[in-house]
Amino acid sequence: MIRIDDLHKTYATPRGRFEALRGVSLHVAPGEVFGIIGPSGAGKSTLVQCINMLEQPDQGSIAIGGQALTGLDERSLRGQRRRIGMVFQGFNLLARRTVHGNVALPLEIAGVPARDIPARVDRLLELVGLAHLRDRYPSQISGGQKQRVGIARALANDPDVLLSDEATSALDPETTRNILALLREINRQTGITVVLITHQMEVVRQICDRVAVLDQGRVVEAGATVDVFASPRHAVTRAMVSAATASELSDETLAALRGRIADAAPARPGQAAQLWRMTLAGGDSGALLASLGREHAVALTLVQARVEAVQGVAVGTLFVLAEGAPEALAAARGAAHERHAVVEDVH
Amino acid sequence: MNAQMIDLLLASLLETLLMVGASGLAAVVFGVPLGVALVVSDRGAMLQNLPLNRVLGAVVNATRSVPFVILMVAIIPLTRLVAGTSIGTQAAIVPLSLAAIPFMARIAENAMREVDPGLITAARAMGATPAQIIRKVLLPEALPGLVAGATVTLVSLIGYSAMAGAIGGGGLGDLGIRYGYQRFLPEVMLVVVAVLIALVQCIQSLGDWLVRRTSHR
Repeated sequence: MIRIDDLHKTYATPRGRFEALRGVSLHVAPGEVFGIIGPSGAGKSTLVQCINMLEQPDQGSIAIGGQALTGLDERSLRGQRRRIGMVFQGFNLLARRTVHGNVALPLEIAGVPARDIPARVDRLLELVGLAHLRDRYPSQISGGQKQRVGIARALANDPDVLLSDEATSALDPETTRNILALLREINRQTGITVVLITHQMEVVRQICDRVAVLDQGRVVEAGATVDVFASPRHAVTRAMVSAATASELSDETLAALRGRIADAAPARPGQAAQLWRMTLAGGDSGALLASLGREHAVALTLVQARVEAVQGVAVGTLFVLAEGAPEALAAARGAAHERHAVVEDVH
Repeated sequence: MNAQMIDLLLASLLETLLMVGASGLAAVVFGVPLGVALVVSDRGAMLQNLPLNRVLGAVVNATRSVPFVILMVAIIPLTRLVAGTSIGTQAAIVPLSLAAIPFMARIAENAMREVDPGLITAARAMGATPAQIIRKVLLPEALPGLVAGATVTLVSLIGYSAMAGAIGGGGLGDLGIRYGYQRFLPEVMLVVVAVLIALVQCIQSLGDWLVRRTSHR
């Protein structure tokens, strides 16, 4: 549905050239919910503005549904933009139009006959559950309701693609979940392709089928959300995953464990102690630990564990104190890898 | 104060209202589009045109720099061309308009700059043309600011119109000078000032009420 090839964008700033995008390539399949995540300054906003050509890329191509957008003149672009709905972090609702009037705006712009507009707007407000607020002004409704208006407005011209630019970043966690659930529901009902730009891993975890991780203007990792969560390969991804799952050991716990490892070393010659961080997707983490302990001569002590549901699959991060002969520990690590658990040392 | 004075006062009030009303209308009709042109042609704006922006800005600044008394006499040939005469209430409307249009243009420009740029981005993302953005986003969202600006313009015009006596424009200010000052009739001056205060109050209150009505913040 969306094909982005080798996109480059450089801005001239007072302090020199800033390369916002340095060769981004992405492919978003029809009907999927695709997340683009990255820390601030990664180039996410530039990328989303390039997708509907609000920003002209310097190099590279963008095609939506087989139609190339790069190279089109402004007039043809305006027509293509109607196929792409956009939702904003700051809602961007007109203060002097009612809820109804705001949703009507894209229809007016597209030249829909005035007599057809009220019925279409009412249907859209029904879809986002705001029919009862149609005559309110934006200042009279909550943030979550404003974003529902934003979503209804983005869907007004029956677009093929819905772009969400940090749509939930200004909302509290519960409202965020509700808005995401609404987006997921609309995606299931209409088959619309959704591209979500976010810096919140929570957002990706809840609704994205696939995710691309953006860092310093490049895609550093992309794949199914479950895979990226279970075995993040890039440092930026790892940092974001652990921030989202809060699966870090506290400094006190870490200090205590280090003390314990140091104390144990002289007492048992030929034995080693290691602190592992194990990340696994699916399966039973308890059973895995038990069988590793049984099959290899190692003692595994669970220090801390957290298991999250990512797209319906249990993804866990375990901190395990592993003790045993160095060879046995290495063998146990190998066995864990075979069962799709990623083991890393915590130092 | 005799009946004759009251008639004179009413006639002067009518002249003031005519001068202020007509030039105020011209200020809105020509000043707002000029303000739009200033906003959309600026650097980074949707119809960036820096040469045009600079020229318009210079013309607006130049017109606003000329003291009104001088402007009035300096443009007499233009006044004669437009109004058919260079003397009288009708003639005074021409310089008053010429002074008010750039004044209103700057105020309109500022009001539109206050519109959240995110709204323009949103409209562009919907596939809006620049004309649609101006008509459906920029002007409607700036309306409370435009109304407040028109109020300020009208009040300023009442002040300017007092100088219209210099070209026989009449009005309350002229009455105050000729009768109150030159003929030593302080009570006429007092009444004129009282009427002017009441007039400004009415316009300001009406303007404030309209601003409240139109903004939904």
